[in-house]
Amino acid sequence: MLAAAGIGLGHYLTVGAILFTLGVFGIFLNRKNIIIILMSVELILLSVNINFVAFSAQLGDLVGQVFALLILTVAAAEAAIGLAILVVFYRNRGTIAVEDVNSLKG
Amino acid sequence: MTLALFFFYVFSVIAVASALMVIASRNPVHSVLFLILCFVNAAGLFMLAGAEFLALILIVVYVGAVAVLFLFVTMMLDVDFASLRQGMLQYAPVGVVVGLILLVELLLVGGSFVISPNVTSTSVVPIDQTIDNTRALGQVIYTRYVFLFQGAGAVLLVAMIGAIVLTLQHKTNVKRQNVMRQISRKRSEGTELVKVKSGQGV
Repeated sequence: MLAAAGIGLGHYLTVGAILFTLGVFGIFLNRKNIIIILMSVELILLSVNINFVAFSAQLGDLVGQVFALLILTVAAAEAAIGLAILVVFYRNRGTIAVEDVNSLKG
Repeated sequence: MTLALFFFYVFSVIAVASALMVIASRNPVHSVLFLILCFVNAAGLFMLAGAEFLALILIVVYVGAVAVLFLFVTMMLDVDFASLRQGMLQYAPVGVVVGLILLVELLLVGGSFVISPNVTSTSVVPIDQTIDNTRALGQVIYTRYVFLFQGAGAVLLVAMIGAIVLTLQHKTNVKRQNVMRQISRKRSEGTELVKVKSGQGV
């Protein structure tokens, strides 16, 4: 199906790899801003989904799309919990800078 | 160049550029908006790969729910985002190094593997081109993968309850209804018989 349109599996894998790298780079670049870090995690999960869908289309197997659906669910749950923790932390401490997050003395 | 290939390049270039803007823009609200753009273009890529249901779910879930959640949180927290950007370039070199290593590794893996030619004959759920994608997915997730589907629902339920419990706050100066106290009230606690002498008040 992909090959008929002239789009190879490599095209999709390249886009996924670039998005994954941008997500990891975003975590390093915005080490103080936890909102951007959460968005970078969403980008990483999106790149994983792109890979799943590309392989699903290439191999003619629907399981990849089922798995991508489950990853979508987990990503949504993770965003909700992460932002809830962020809001609670801001309410208690008045800041969201990552280096101030030391309540657990980890 | 076919039309599909042209649209693939359009979608992927916009997706990558907006992903770059997500991590590089000065204003977090702009980051959220670029995240929305990135997800919409990724939905276009899904559509090109024949995963129509996932593409539309991506728009509904991410653009409709997750991105709006990010937008609300970003706008409601009164944070000095400029101070959070201090020393950003200090971390850039190590980020570039790690990112480049990752990208090279991923591209090496992606460019060097080969799919065995008889792998399509062993696919677990072959894609049936005669029915549409949504119907095909529905026929699979409600039968073969029903436990995974229910598990995903359970994850969402736990996340919802967790988010509510985390952000719920009990204010001390707000009057609340105490249902237990209300229904366990005796008549003797609620009424009082007072002997009133005539000519005097209570």
